[in-house]
Amino acid sequence: MALFDFLQHLLGLQKPSATTARERLQLVLAHDRSDLNPELLERMRREILEVVQKYVEIDIESGDVSLTTDDRVTALVANLPIRRARPLSSFSQKTGVRTNPSDPELLALVANPEMPEPSPSKSSEVIEVQDAAIEP
Amino acid sequence: MTATSARIILICSGKGGVGKTTLTANLGIALARLGETTVVLDADFGLRNLDLLLGLENRIVYNAQDVLEATCRLEQALVKHKQEPNLSLLPAGNARMLDWLTSDDMNKIVGMLADRANFVLIDCPAGIETGFRNAATAAKEAIVITTPEMAAVRDADRVIGLLHTQGVAPIQMVLNRVRPKMVANQEMLGVSDVTDILALPLLGLVLEDEQVITSTNRGEPLTLHGTLSPAGRAYMNVARRLRGEEVALIDPTRERQGLRARLMGKIRRTTGLF
Repeated sequence: MALFDFLQHLLGLQKPSATTARERLQLVLAHDRSDLNPELLERMRREILEVVQKYVEIDIESGDVSLTTDDRVTALVANLPIRRARPLSSFSQKTGVRTNPSDPELLALVANPEMPEPSPSKSSEVIEVQDAAIEP
Repeated sequence: MTATSARIILICSGKGGVGKTTLTANLGIALARLGETTVVLDADFGLRNLDLLLGLENRIVYNAQDVLEATCRLEQALVKHKQEPNLSLLPAGNARMLDWLTSDDMNKIVGMLADRANFVLIDCPAGIETGFRNAATAAKEAIVITTPEMAAVRDADRVIGLLHTQGVAPIQMVLNRVRPKMVANQEMLGVSDVTDILALPLLGLVLEDEQVITSTNRGEPLTLHGTLSPAGRAYMNVARRLRGEEVALIDPTRERQGLRARLMGKIRRTTGLF
């Protein structure tokens, strides 16, 4: 190891290269195993976000849809911080999505769909989709 | 000996140059020394090298193709090793061959070998194309060999996926060319990193050993000699484990570390910085 690397290492400025290798490998293998190229994954990500956005307002910037792999099973994991639920009126009867009418914020939304967005700090819920396991 | 009781083992890696042929040669000799009748089949024809590693390159007359075309009998095509007569080599073909042996041919020739041996080791060509697939159809179980390098691990993963779909089982792994010092410094993927990622049981662990090169120069696999080098011992242990013996794995972290590695380890432990 070069002295510079050693110092960086010592000061905790640089990850050990084995850690980097492990992380890069896990990511690339998740893609290899699922046969999903990044373009396809990006398209799927956008469509998933569109569907989820029909029901809840999500923070697209911090939303994340990615593949992870564990013990040769690849899973699609979506991590989508919810800003707030969509107004009741925007649901179709068939969706079966239940809302809580006693939630004052939601009631306000029904009354005034144009209501300004609450601050992102209010987002507390995270949707985890992990049922898309792909067997090798 | 009936065909059903022979162990037919594919030795493969995906990536070239990680030690498939070296493992096949050493494992063949080791099994022969342990009293097992063993045939090593070089499934590559254009880039065959198993003959060189075994020191048998001047004694090859026929190959599997000749046997299939009935140009010669199987006994004539098998090249017996001089020091270890329990071991024979059969090359799949020669460089003039135009195409891989078909999976039918592969099954036929392996079936013939299984009738006369306890172990049939198939040295697989690199890659995941026809040569690999046809060789894999004839195998019952597989050993995937890899090194702790990203490209080798990635290619091994592809191969494991294909073996799963072809129904080859069990699949075990040999991790080759591990450098304990680099692993201790976290500059090389460790044993558990690779076994976790590939999700395979570890059949053997071979440390980087210069003697592998000198033994190749001489055409004498390391397992041929009475006093074994570290890699030779590791290959011998692979053979023992294959036969069902319980042999403990060496611990690469316990290998003698350099001063810097020990110092780094101490700093790491005391400060908890990284």
